[in-house]
Amino acid sequence: MIVQVDNPVVEVHDLTVSYDRKPVLWDIDLTLPAGALVGVIGPNGAGKSTLIKAMMDLLPTSSGYVRIFNEPIKQVHKRISYVPQRESVDWDFPASVFDVVLMGRYGNLGLFRGPRKADKDAAMEALEKVNMQSFANRQISQLSGGQQQRVFLARALAQNADVYFMDEPFAGVDIATETAIIELLRQMRAQGKTVIVVHHDLQSAADYFDWVVLLNMRLVASGPTEKVLTQELLEQTYGGKLTVLSKVGDLLRKQEFPARETKV
Amino acid sequence: MNAFWIILTGSLVATCCSLLGCYLILRRMAMVGDAISHAVLPGIVIAFLVTGSRDSMPMLIGAGLLGVITTFLIEFFHRYARVQADASIGVTFTWLFAIGIILISVFAGQVDLDQDCVLYGEIAYVPLDLWITEGNLNYGPRTVWTLGFVTLLIILFITIGYKELFLTTFDPAFAAAIGFSTSLWYYLLMTAVSLTTVASFESVGAILVVAFLVAPPATAYLLTDNFKVMLILSVMLGILASAAGYFLAVWMDGSIAGAIATVAGIEFTLVFLFSPTKGQLLRRRQVAPARQPEEALA
Amino acid sequence: MQQFWEFFSFADANIRYVTLGSVLLAGSSAVVGCFTLLRKRALVGDAVAHSVLPGVCLAFILSGTKNPLILLLGAFITGWISLIVIDYITSRSRIKEDTAIGLVLSVFFGIGILLLTSIQHSGNAAQSGLDKFLFGKAASLVGEDLIVFGIVAVLLLFTTILFYKELMLLCFDQAFARTIGFPVRALELLLTTLTVLAVVVGIQAVGVVLMAAMLITPAAAARFWTENLKVMLVLAALMGAFSGITGAFVSYTAPAMPTGPWIVLIISMIAILSFAFAPKRGWVARLMRQRRNRALILEENLLKLLFQLGELKQDFETSRSLSDLLERRSIPKRQAIHGLKKLKQQGYVKKKKKRWILTIEGEKRGRRVVRLHRLWELYLTQYLHLASDHVHEDAETIEHIITPELEKRLMEELNYPELDPHSARIP
Repeated sequence: MIVQVDNPVVEVHDLTVSYDRKPVLWDIDLTLPAGALVGVIGPNGAGKSTLIKAMMDLLPTSSGYVRIFNEPIKQVHKRISYVPQRESVDWDFPASVFDVVLMGRYGNLGLFRGPRKADKDAAMEALEKVNMQSFANRQISQLSGGQQQRVFLARALAQNADVYFMDEPFAGVDIATETAIIELLRQMRAQGKTVIVVHHDLQSAADYFDWVVLLNMRLVASGPTEKVLTQELLEQTYGGKLTVLSKVGDLLRKQEFPARETKV
Repeated sequence: MNAFWIILTGSLVATCCSLLGCYLILRRMAMVGDAISHAVLPGIVIAFLVTGSRDSMPMLIGAGLLGVITTFLIEFFHRYARVQADASIGVTFTWLFAIGIILISVFAGQVDLDQDCVLYGEIAYVPLDLWITEGNLNYGPRTVWTLGFVTLLIILFITIGYKELFLTTFDPAFAAAIGFSTSLWYYLLMTAVSLTTVASFESVGAILVVAFLVAPPATAYLLTDNFKVMLILSVMLGILASAAGYFLAVWMDGSIAGAIATVAGIEFTLVFLFSPTKGQLLRRRQVAPARQPEEALA
Repeated sequence: MQQFWEFFSFADANIRYVTLGSVLLAGSSAVVGCFTLLRKRALVGDAVAHSVLPGVCLAFILSGTKNPLILLLGAFITGWISLIVIDYITSRSRIKEDTAIGLVLSVFFGIGILLLTSIQHSGNAAQSGLDKFLFGKAASLVGEDLIVFGIVAVLLLFTTILFYKELMLLCFDQAFARTIGFPVRALELLLTTLTVLAVVVGIQAVGVVLMAAMLITPAAAARFWTENLKVMLVLAALMGAFSGITGAFVSYTAPAMPTGPWIVLIISMIAILSFAFAPKRGWVARLMRQRRNRALILEENLLKLLFQLGELKQDFETSRSLSDLLERRSIPKRQAIHGLKKLKQQGYVKKKKKRWILTIEGEKRGRRVVRLHRLWELYLTQYLHLASDHVHEDAETIEHIITPELEKRLMEELNYPELDPHSARIP
């Protein structure tokens, strides 16, 4: 069940990503429609984070390419935003909430130039959207998990991008924050933004997303939620790894074989 | 007058080291700083042998280059030869440092450097090496000029690249996603560290540079949650340590650089124990993460 | 040269002692280093090494003598304190481990330097020789020193052997060690004590500045030659001992030369050569493996081409020219010729009047490659749901790597297929 769309926002072509030569994602081929809330779903170790990182060109790929708005990533950095996993940064870092949100504006500034008044306004506005304006001067080390997540979200909002990649934004946050975030995501969709979310909770997935990508080392399905979240496809996704695929992956690593002949 | 020049030299070293040290400790790269400061030694000796002088541009550039090569080497051993990360640092810098010491011993006659200088510098001799023009104008100690130049360069670097350095240090993945080159800023930072350790080498030696790189920023890190304040505080702490260290050294009749490192350690200990927010003894109850106004969001 | 023989004939009792001492010191620290390396705490050794300097100086100031036992005790105490301080700082504040190590290392060393220079300037005649702790001097290992340091080194080796099993588990899987009831905390203390002791005895030969290398470098080098911890310990000890002898020799022939840097230089060269040339894990071995892979890919591609041409024309008897081959697939001409020659040597192809033909074995191997290619394509379409026009490129690689067992497995999972996704027959 892999539905391809015309005029996709994100096009992934034949993408293979390896760690230490062992592919963790095999031959991913998918297209994502504009203005959708996309959920990337699969078991632990399925390569969900790897997929969105590879989409943003943050990881070296063994084969294939990614186009966003039909352009290579290098051309469209300004239209892409990213909400990394909360644990990926050191929250003891000496910075205030406002400092972090302001980082969302950095991409548009260029060298030599610091944030202008307009950038500060935009950052403040983003903080208001996640209802954290009263925390602007708070140090990030004093935030709770849910608040950290909101700050990260505000940073992405401040950037005013067109495509958003979010890595587990609902992990370890309270119910109130989760509801608030999904509400925001829906508003973003209404504005025509595309949001791609790595998600681990099947229960809420049907409710949250209108497009779902099922992943387990390979692409199991990609399409409108109601067509994809079926018993059969979920069993394929969660029914364990494909033994042959893992074994071939192990062989590639052990023999230090290139994933593509041309990339020796 | 000598005291003034010595303290000024110490303060300049403290300024550029503390500024860069803030980035190093937040990137968890304090030991890479340690490695670079050791590894520039052979570069300094070779530059010395080639040019025959102490503080010249070629020395800064040549030895600074070696510092950058060190980071490449560490990366190379780790990535291509798959040496464990900490071992890769340990092997690289001890090896280069050993080469440096051997070169000094072999060319003892030609090189005006000795093992003591390598260990703790000769900040006491700084006022003796004056920059006197042909017109007999005395511009003060040569080292002060070199260090002043490097300090200016470092300040310029972190002013121009402030937001890039800030972001790539805090969240490299996000930085890369919005199009910043994390490796470019990494190597620029390492170049700056190399340049600084080379410039400071003569005054404080290869090992005590690390005290300047790590101690004041670590102390400041325990005092503030604001990065800009951390930068300024660590410079102030560094300068304070230089001044106090000088007098301690005079009193004990020992190495000035060693005394400065000692004072920097005392500063850290005091802050570690008595910092108003994070001290071990006086710690006020940490501000508990305030309850969110969740209702407003629903 | 004469000095070389003089030294290595070990005729002089003094030389025998110095050599024995250096070997023991370097060897024992290498053994302990293996455990710290495997625990990923290699750089902690660096901090300990620098931190023993103030201990040595304080012991001298307080006792006024250079009695090795007293200096050793002082070194031991400050070395221990440094480790406690690092642990305390990292666990009780937001300072990270690397910063704590750098901080302790430089501040303790700074204090040591301050004390040392202060002693030197004090005009106390007894102090001369304290500075040999900075860069080491193997030749000064005589008499009383040698006995004390030697005993400690032997003790160190003995303890390591005695607690081998426990230490191994501690490094390999601390959580598991705890669950099966090992006193993990006590073992950590033991390893810490061993590390400090190794540093304390090693500084006499290598000096505090480069002592870290004696812990890290032999262990890192030995790691490249074996997967077996016992072998690794022995190798590390041998490498350490070898560099120790060199140090003793340098110290003997060039008394002005500090020995530490030479020992470190030798052991580093051993390590770098190991990184590069060790079989299996070494860099060159890996490059060679990649080269072999390239050659394998080329050869199998040529066999595949010849087979496909035969399949196409239903005729395996006719020979094909090089241009026939290159028409179907662009391979750089020189590579193709080279590959064909190699295949001829191996007996997979024959050459007839500048044209090439498969032998029976060659046909068999070519068929297998084609078969694996098509099997893999089928697998990708069936199990990975890839469109049939997207599978070829992946199969181009995987066809070279599938083992006979995997092939059987594939056949089972695909239910013994006849046709590939492009409706070509699977031979």
